[in-house]
Amino acid sequence: MNEPALVLVVLVAVLFAAGFDLLMERSLIRVVVGFMLLGHGANLILLLAGGAAGTPPILGEGEGPSADPLPQAMALTAIVITFGVTAFLLALAYRSRLLLGADEVMDDVEDRRICAGKIKDDR
Amino acid sequence: MNVLVPLPFVLPLAGAALAMISRRREAWLRVLAPLVVAGVVAAAGGLVAVVARDGVTAVQMGGWAAPLGITLVADRLSALLLVVSAAVLLAIMLHAVAEGAGGLGRHEPGVFYPAYLALTAGVCLLFLAGDLFNLFVAFEVMLASSYVLMTLTPTAERMRAGMTYTVVSLTSSILFLTALGVTYAAAGTVNLADLSVRVDDLPSGTRSALGLMFLVVFGIKGAIAPMHLWLPDSYPVALTKVTAVFAALLTKAAIYALIRVQTLVFPRDQMSWVMLGLAAATMLVGTLGALTHDDVHRVFSFTLVGHIGYMLFGLGLFSVGGLTGAILYLVHHIVVQATLFLVSDLMQGRTGEISLNRLGGLAQLSSVVAVLFFVPALSVSGVPPTSGFVAKLALFQAGLGAERPLAYVVTGVAVAASVLTLMAMARIWTLGFWRPRPRDAAEPPEEESYTRGGVRVMQSVTAVMVAGGLLISVFAGPLSVWSRHAATDLLDPARYRNAVLNGAAR
Repeated sequence: MNEPALVLVVLVAVLFAAGFDLLMERSLIRVVVGFMLLGHGANLILLLAGGAAGTPPILGEGEGPSADPLPQAMALTAIVITFGVTAFLLALAYRSRLLLGADEVMDDVEDRRICAGKIKDDR
Repeated sequence: MNVLVPLPFVLPLAGAALAMISRRREAWLRVLAPLVVAGVVAAAGGLVAVVARDGVTAVQMGGWAAPLGITLVADRLSALLLVVSAAVLLAIMLHAVAEGAGGLGRHEPGVFYPAYLALTAGVCLLFLAGDLFNLFVAFEVMLASSYVLMTLTPTAERMRAGMTYTVVSLTSSILFLTALGVTYAAAGTVNLADLSVRVDDLPSGTRSALGLMFLVVFGIKGAIAPMHLWLPDSYPVALTKVTAVFAALLTKAAIYALIRVQTLVFPRDQMSWVMLGLAAATMLVGTLGALTHDDVHRVFSFTLVGHIGYMLFGLGLFSVGGLTGAILYLVHHIVVQATLFLVSDLMQGRTGEISLNRLGGLAQLSSVVAVLFFVPALSVSGVPPTSGFVAKLALFQAGLGAERPLAYVVTGVAVAASVLTLMAMARIWTLGFWRPRPRDAAEPPEEESYTRGGVRVMQSVTAVMVAGGLLISVFAGPLSVWSRHAATDLLDPARYRNAVLNGAAR
């Protein structure tokens, strides 16, 4: 395998760290942004997996070794999927704002109730 | 080229498109959707026959040769799971149609039917996928439709749960994509058969790292403790028939993927104790959780988590016996878990209640529902002669046959978890069915609304599912022979490789 470019590797690390950090937030818009960053990070990994850049992977085009087309095809599919899902997430955030008046992820009420009930019983 | 192989997912995908176009004509949707799913059942049945005759059948889509093109593979494991899943999907579809026709449902048919058909397509593609990337796409098709189904007829509670569910699933998908990229960088292929050859050249550290990454990915999707936290939170909130599909298929699909990836591609020995440990934890967490909750849906969701542990236990043993048990358990659990949720839909419909604090007297109100609950409840706890007993027996035998201290311990935990499940089911039975109705309970809905044709059909569908569960134990013999063959093929991937890599030349 070829040596991957260090800049890209660092970039992937930063994107993942920032993405997971945002994912922990309560505000759904931040979660969406975090998810987008993670998606970019994962797509860059796919690109990195193809090895060093080469000439366009079209038969008879350019000289020297061509780039690996397979990870590019995968990244393309992944981009389409993340795009669609991001649109859905945004719609969800909007709906949640309409219904709950906030776009924050709430606690599980039933779970809280059971925890509270158990503590009361113990006393 | 065998046309039957792609049919189970092409058919519902085309059906979903058709349903989307004609989404305003509800009566037509109610005819179209079940017909399409029935077609999938027929195709899957045909595929079982083909696999029984020819062995592993591979199809190269578009005629591109194996490691490069998109490969669809049907072997004994995927054909078996395909036919069982399709049958369950058909039953739940009929339940939904009856609900809609009886005027009892409040779902939006223009959204429900296309999404359901797309989910069917995703599940079928998942079982047939011959490479990791297609597996990822299948998961995404399945999950994207599940996000839609999850938030159908949105309420505040459903939005909250839907958000948690969506974000957790997406995180695991991103991890899946990452693992995929790393696998490609390491081995230069994502085709499962090709990968199983090439991983031999990788350093064992890399192999273990990749195996662990996939364990986490499918662990989140399959709700293996401690990555199960999203499931009991989100599943109970969706419409019950939707929960029935999710509980029956989504987690089991992840377990299927885990079995496929861990047996075919990655080394066994180092992963074994990790999986056995996780299996024991999952069983205990799930069944103990089931005992603490009093919402019936939540109890069922926690038992679902607990019983994922059994399948992981079978996989963790990495023996033909263990895998046979895991496959039998998959089949049994797909059917029984769907049945339980359909029954809880009937319970809720009959009383308008689903909390054990306020339920009661159901046995008096409706003896039919009582019987329909009783049989799958025994089955999920593994009481003979139900299908749960058959599957558990196979697992316990494999666990004791492994002759390793850890396997003995986990077998013990599995027995304890069975007893705990039985306790959880007995709790629902005594509180929900046996005791008299609590005085402050809400009045049950009008008698008249429960004698309509729709309810009759819903009850018959559930009855058919219960009977289907019993059929599994009647045909336990042939089924376990089939599973044993499937397990042998999993541990010795030569046939799989041959069909995929050399089959192209044929």
